[in-house]
Amino acid sequence: MTTAEEHKSSGIRKDLIVYVCLLALAGLQFVIAYQNIDASQMFTRMLAVAIVEAGLAELFFMHLWSEKRAFLLFVVIFTVAVLLGMQYGWTDSFRMVTGAPFSK
Amino acid sequence: MSQADLTMEGHSTGLTVGPAFSIPTKKLAMWLFIIADTMTFAACLVAYGFLRNGTPNWPRPFHSITNVALMTFILLTSSLTMLIGLRSARSGDKAGAFRWIMITAVLGIVFALLHIREWLELIDEGMTMFKNPWGTGLFGASFFSVTGLHLTHVTCGVIALIAVGVRYKGGRYNADDIEVLGLYWHFVDLVWMFVVPLVYLLNLTH
Repeated sequence: MTTAEEHKSSGIRKDLIVYVCLLALAGLQFVIAYQNIDASQMFTRMLAVAIVEAGLAELFFMHLWSEKRAFLLFVVIFTVAVLLGMQYGWTDSFRMVTGAPFSK
Repeated sequence: MSQADLTMEGHSTGLTVGPAFSIPTKKLAMWLFIIADTMTFAACLVAYGFLRNGTPNWPRPFHSITNVALMTFILLTSSLTMLIGLRSARSGDKAGAFRWIMITAVLGIVFALLHIREWLELIDEGMTMFKNPWGTGLFGASFFSVTGLHLTHVTCGVIALIAVGVRYKGGRYNADDIEVLGLYWHFVDLVWMFVVPLVYLLNLTH
């Protein structure tokens, strides 16, 4: 086996491991869906699993891990900051359910 | 430094500096597109979550997870085949790379067909963008918007896979182009990981 082929097969082995992990995590989301818990708990757990899945896919499938650390930080910090910025409206969403305080 | 690299004040224009983060320009452009597209999907999913949380009679129309589980499996597997295609391209196996890219495209087509079949079943049950038999009409609007946006991305991805694959085989594109395309395809897969729990699994009938 040549060096290029060895490198290719070891790379595919790593990809397969990440793929199996992603399948297992996706399966875990389906298990959580059938747990007897309330919707907010279910949402939190599923979101946590989805974030881990996304992290694995970005780092290994999209090879972000092998890029320069500065670029990794750029992508992560920029994305997370904007995603957090989108969370400003939730209090209004809860107000729609409870009708408080503006409807009183 | 040539005269063209100097401004009128005699400073460097920066044209001789290497690419940002030492990443090839095409790859950086794709990453910037992915970051921008992440915001689009995030905005859609946050809006969906806002409506779902704030609407008391939110429908839970999904009885079975079989179809969505199969779609998830197919999309995840297509990411793996894309990676194998890229590794084949990197090792100079042109025929192998082309074969794996086409397998990825076929998996993308199967995913899209399963998605359309699911849409048609929901439409048969009386669901439209504005009304459904189970509760608030907002469900149809948000469901079709989020899944439709994702399906559009998958469709564009399949077209790109076929176009880039054929051009790679013809020698016009190289392994770097396959890598750039792979980034897009993995991103489509990554988004699905959030769509499934939020849009499908939280709306299962228990």
